[in-house]
Amino acid sequence: MATEEAGNGFNIHPMDQFEIKSLFGGGPIEWYSFTNATLWMGFAILAVVLLLVVGTRKRAIVPSRSQSVAEMMYGFIHKMIEDVAGKEGLKFFPYIFTLFIFILVSNFLGLLPTSFTTTSHIAVTAMLAMAVFVAVTVLGFYKNGMKFLGLFWVSSAPLALRPILAVIELISYFVRPVSHSIRLAGNVMAGHAVIKVFAGFAGALGVWAALPILSITAVYGLEVLVAGIQAYVFTILTCVYLNDALHPSH
Amino acid sequence: MADTSHGAAPGAESAPGMPQLDFSTFPNQIFWLVVTLVILYLILSRVALPRIATVLAERQGAIQRDLDKAEELKRTAQDAEDAYNKALADARSQASEIVAEAKADIQKDLDKAIAKADAEIAAKAAESEKAIQAIRDSAAKSVAEVAQTATADIVNAVMPNAADAKSIKAAVTARLKG
Repeated sequence: MATEEAGNGFNIHPMDQFEIKSLFGGGPIEWYSFTNATLWMGFAILAVVLLLVVGTRKRAIVPSRSQSVAEMMYGFIHKMIEDVAGKEGLKFFPYIFTLFIFILVSNFLGLLPTSFTTTSHIAVTAMLAMAVFVAVTVLGFYKNGMKFLGLFWVSSAPLALRPILAVIELISYFVRPVSHSIRLAGNVMAGHAVIKVFAGFAGALGVWAALPILSITAVYGLEVLVAGIQAYVFTILTCVYLNDALHPSH
Repeated sequence: MADTSHGAAPGAESAPGMPQLDFSTFPNQIFWLVVTLVILYLILSRVALPRIATVLAERQGAIQRDLDKAEELKRTAQDAEDAYNKALADARSQASEIVAEAKADIQKDLDKAIAKADAEIAAKAAESEKAIQAIRDSAAKSVAEVAQTATADIVNAVMPNAADAKSIKAAVTARLKG
């Protein structure tokens, strides 16, 4: 890849934007180092505070714009949990809302030019997905005991097929966190990389740069959509898994 | 590390591979992610979400209160309208009663007046009758007198000394009666 670029005179490094850098002092990145990932996670917290705490400080009966957005998000997630996982799922509303708002805000912050997208990293999304996976599995066994294994025993299928289906169900259960995390990181990363590639073309094409710039605009619009949709998808899948833990019967 | 160095030029520290697969940054990212999520969770569960829930509940309550109030006001208006209609109906029936009473009174007065007038007319008629009778009597008497005088004059003219006044008078009276 590197040689190809050098041959064409292009100097495109679409993946550089995802690099984790230590912001103070440099050197090797220890687990406690303050990196660009740390910075943008901090910005995410700041954005959430601005929107959900500062934005709602008036507690107005007739909401301001920011309060209205906060209320819409609250109602959106609340209804999603209730619809997908039932009333018992509402106990986990703060956790699910934390996941949703973190992913949503990180996705949107990542769309700011020159910013760093924390959700484009598999380490972050895998952590989120694993947290959901472990929590849901533990919850399933805690709530239902061994009956939770009924999730893998498709009682509506013919008896002979059930062991085979159980194996498939088991595999699919353990693949959940993988797909859950890669879907999010992959979508976000791919969009950002594509924008960067187009930007590299624009730098090399002179007058014809208008074409890649138009493409960047289009892809950016798509990315805004993806940022919202992936946060939604991650959250609704969490609700689906939660529903499985609460009501494991097939 | 194996994955990262796979696509990298040998010796290059910042490989053109995927920084996502640079496992050396994983502990750092995971640590800060956990910190971020804990902070976010605390902010959301302690401050933001309860506040929004309160606001939403308050709004729901306010809307419900307003609806209830509107319902009550509507009921009050309905009551007022009913009372008004009832008062109107009462007034109407009272008025018709009064009208009927007045009509009866007037009828009574009228009847009395008519009766009085009838009596007066009858009295006057009787009086007039009497007067007419008197006139008629006196006229008859005058006719008899005129007839006697005329007869006496005629008799005297035809045959003087032939009759006396007494017999002429008797004859004329007999003739007038017949």
